[in-house]
Amino acid sequence: MTVEEGERGTGGSDFIVRVEGLSKSFGQQRAVDNVSFEVKKGEIFGFLGPNGAGKSTTINMLTTLLPLTSGRAEVCGFDVHKHPNEVRARVGVVPQDYTADEDMTGYENILLCGDLYGIPRSDSTRHANELLELVELQDAAKRKVSTFSGGMRRRLELACGLINYPSLLFLDEPTLGLDVQTRAAVWKYIERLKEDYSMTLFLTTHYLEEADSLCDRIAIIDHGHIVKIGTPEELKASVGGDVIVVGVRETEPDISADIAKLSLVTSVSKTGGEYRIKSTAGDEASPQVIDLTRAKGLHVTKISLTRPTLDEAYLELTGRTLREEETNKWAMMSQRRTMSMARS
Amino acid sequence: MESKPPSEAASQQSSELREETRAAGATPRQAAPLKIDRRPTHGLWALTKRDLRKWYTNPYQLIISLIQPVIWMGLFGKALNFSSFITASAPPGVDTTGILTSFFGTASYFSYLVCGMLVFIVVFNSAFSGMSVVWDRRFGFMNKALSTPVSRGTIVMAKILQSVGRSLIQAFVVLLIGIALGMSTASLSVVGMVGTFFVIFLVAMGLSGLFVMLSLRSSNWQTQMAVINLLNLPLLFASNALFPVKIMPGWLQDVVKVNPISYCIDAIRQLLIGATGTYALWVDFSVALAFAAFFSVVGIVMSWRLLSK
Repeated sequence: MTVEEGERGTGGSDFIVRVEGLSKSFGQQRAVDNVSFEVKKGEIFGFLGPNGAGKSTTINMLTTLLPLTSGRAEVCGFDVHKHPNEVRARVGVVPQDYTADEDMTGYENILLCGDLYGIPRSDSTRHANELLELVELQDAAKRKVSTFSGGMRRRLELACGLINYPSLLFLDEPTLGLDVQTRAAVWKYIERLKEDYSMTLFLTTHYLEEADSLCDRIAIIDHGHIVKIGTPEELKASVGGDVIVVGVRETEPDISADIAKLSLVTSVSKTGGEYRIKSTAGDEASPQVIDLTRAKGLHVTKISLTRPTLDEAYLELTGRTLREEETNKWAMMSQRRTMSMARS
Repeated sequence: MESKPPSEAASQQSSELREETRAAGATPRQAAPLKIDRRPTHGLWALTKRDLRKWYTNPYQLIISLIQPVIWMGLFGKALNFSSFITASAPPGVDTTGILTSFFGTASYFSYLVCGMLVFIVVFNSAFSGMSVVWDRRFGFMNKALSTPVSRGTIVMAKILQSVGRSLIQAFVVLLIGIALGMSTASLSVVGMVGTFFVIFLVAMGLSGLFVMLSLRSSNWQTQMAVINLLNLPLLFASNALFPVKIMPGWLQDVVKVNPISYCIDAIRQLLIGATGTYALWVDFSVALAFAAFFSVVGIVMSWRLLSK
């Protein structure tokens, strides 16, 4: 396949990442097993999964750091195996580690990244200033990175990943170990990148509420397989939807059958003076339930609406068993180092 | 070569395509770079400079790396000075200069030792070239560099070049210290100096290639340190850096003869202090060239393959 064909291949489609039957084996162990998914242009795509589920391996293959065992992956219109340099030139990578050189200033670090991408200094010096402004580091730009706090380092990593004007940015655990304020700031930048720069973002995180509020679509990977893929709402709905609990006086007659007839209600159960109603859209169903209960002459003593969290969906899909043996020592050490540096 | 290789033509075309997409895309705040450097050597200087500045901005590192050769020269060279040993113990009328020259190729053992130390500092320094690879892998910088279009060969080459640069400077400082401590300067010449530093360059190339390759195989610094210690002292003792081959037992002579370091030191002694060499200068140079070419090529090719995995 020529480069032109590759370019044309996604020219008509809305996908910036296309993965088909992707697999990776390390010896006997199959880290990623026949995974297929797509990432749409301009979306924030969340890639979630327990440690050792195959997240990093997949990202490393997509960013051309690891060769594929089998399958196909196309990033920015180019096959990662056949045209790795074309892919590298078009994507930005913000690794989980703090990779900035401590002996250099923030500004010099960004320029170094620019040099690695082959961006002429005339352009990278100007762009570096823009990026430092974006991540609000312009005042600290001339300071050595060894004097930076964890949050500043993280923001610098983000700026480094953007120096090559990527159309797709990979973010591996961008908020790991950061305090609440810095996390909020990082989210703000991520959203700005999507809006102002119409960039596609591919991110992994262990903070599920973060994935819920940021991501347009989420894929959950476990044991090397994609278990579920969809919008956060779809994932939450897949574990059974909202739960409405309506309290009535215990002596009053049972109207479960009538409630069950409501179109938005999926199931009803009654224990004592409490109806437990499952619904696909709890916010719309609950007023209907109140109206019906009153119409039947019952007294509503209390009502509550619980929406499932992404945590529940995640635990439902990946199981509640604790993972202890699966992650490797290196990855764990790197994660610990990142956490401790983030808190510095 | 008139016709462009297909891959280069393709990448040029695609960067044009890239410009077009940008121009059409709705990215108001992003201006495209004018032109991207896609030469295979791009980033080489940036990576080399990154490592070199770690060294020259930290004077302690330079000072510490010089302590060992200074101790060897100052203590070993002065205390166990064969020249004064033989001169002082010989009965009157004996031609001590002749005895010394027949052993060391020169009357000054101290000068003899300094030439060995020039190469030894290079061995020591090159052995540590692998350490920076281990650090870069550990702290994720290696992966970051690998995710950019910089050539895998460039990453390896930068590691080798920074080590060679350091070796040349350190060897020069050791030479100055040697002269200050009393090395014979009677035979110093421009040609000799140029030749000496060319040999040092070759040793540094070969050894750095070897150690960078080894470091890409080992994942932690403990292993790397073990490898360094394993190779360092044997390379020194199984060479003619401290003693002439003549006085060694037969089996050790055989080892010294296959140790390329011996030939490099032999060449430097002839070039710098006008000593009588064990081998002809052209033999020394051939061995040094072959050694440097072999290990730097093998090192680069192997590392390239390891990094591409």
